[in-house]
Amino acid sequence: MSTDNNEQQSGVAQSALPAGTVAPDFTLPSTPDQKVSLSDFRGNPVILAFYPADWSPVCGDQMALYNEVLPEFQRFGAFLLGVSVDGAWCHAAYREHRKLHFSLLADFEPKGEVSRRYGVYRKQEGTSERALFVVDRDGRIAWSYVSPIGVNPGADGILKALENLSQKKVAHGN
Amino acid sequence: MATSMRAVLSVPMSKRDHVQGPETAPVTLVEYGDFECPYCAAAHVIIKEVEELMGDKLRFVFRHFPLTQIHPHAESAAEASEASAAQGQFWEMHDLLYENQPRLDRPHLMMYAEKLGLDSEKFAREVDKGVHRERVRGDFLSGVRSGVNGTPSFFINGVRYDGSWDIGPLVEALETAAGRAS
Repeated sequence: MSTDNNEQQSGVAQSALPAGTVAPDFTLPSTPDQKVSLSDFRGNPVILAFYPADWSPVCGDQMALYNEVLPEFQRFGAFLLGVSVDGAWCHAAYREHRKLHFSLLADFEPKGEVSRRYGVYRKQEGTSERALFVVDRDGRIAWSYVSPIGVNPGADGILKALENLSQKKVAHGN
Repeated sequence: MATSMRAVLSVPMSKRDHVQGPETAPVTLVEYGDFECPYCAAAHVIIKEVEELMGDKLRFVFRHFPLTQIHPHAESAAEASEASAAQGQFWEMHDLLYENQPRLDRPHLMMYAEKLGLDSEKFAREVDKGVHRERVRGDFLSGVRSGVNGTPSFFINGVRYDGSWDIGPLVEALETAAGRAS
């Protein structure tokens, strides 16, 4: 990707893919022996929550919050996928420990590739940004947001984006 | 790319809220809290001091934000405080729960009800039947829609306060808001 060169030249982080962009499809492990593709969810909105690392305190709060808000996301028919560069076994332990009821995808090999394609990879730290994408049921990015790395972005932006999508759906009558 | 979202209270204060302090106070502090969250217990002590310091200038509102998946007793404690509110003693139970955070299982909740002289049969029935679950969930959702991202979260005159909640900075922020309002 050319953005990689730009990133190296400018020394600043890439910018996240904006609303209106087709969400790049990907396939990543969701457990040590299962894989998930974004296109599996075509027909439903998908929330992609990139975060820097399992176990770190702010992420913990963010994922714990999404765990609680999950029924609200489901009201919109939306699926939530967490993404970080941690490996599938690490995700499995973290999910079990925190009793998370949604999938965590391992952007582990090649490391951070999906994060890079979405413009949310922090090269220096070698982790994903804390970034949110709401992908519509046709696979297009409807909303994206990058939070300061130490700040839990909450769930209000996601819910607003899902609400806008469902209103659009009603307006188009399908 | 947006880099910040200004979070404001999505559901304004109303009669359903639990309120301490006069209606005429120039500054209102709303907390979204969880009875089993250790940071909330720490904040509870600070809020008490802040209320003392600010007197009639401050109105304090508590709303529920139980993180039930990581705090197994948070939901029942929240509902217990509502069952106590139904008998006119929300704040008394609120204080007891924070002061006894490591002991929030059912026998202890019952003990606190008795300590407060509540009708303990009615209290137990309401807690066991989840009579106040909707109310607690309502608070939680209003918090989510307001950008609450963890506990405790504070709003000063409707705007999320992201600063430190150590007593000094918190009082300063409240005084500033009070000055602006009056």
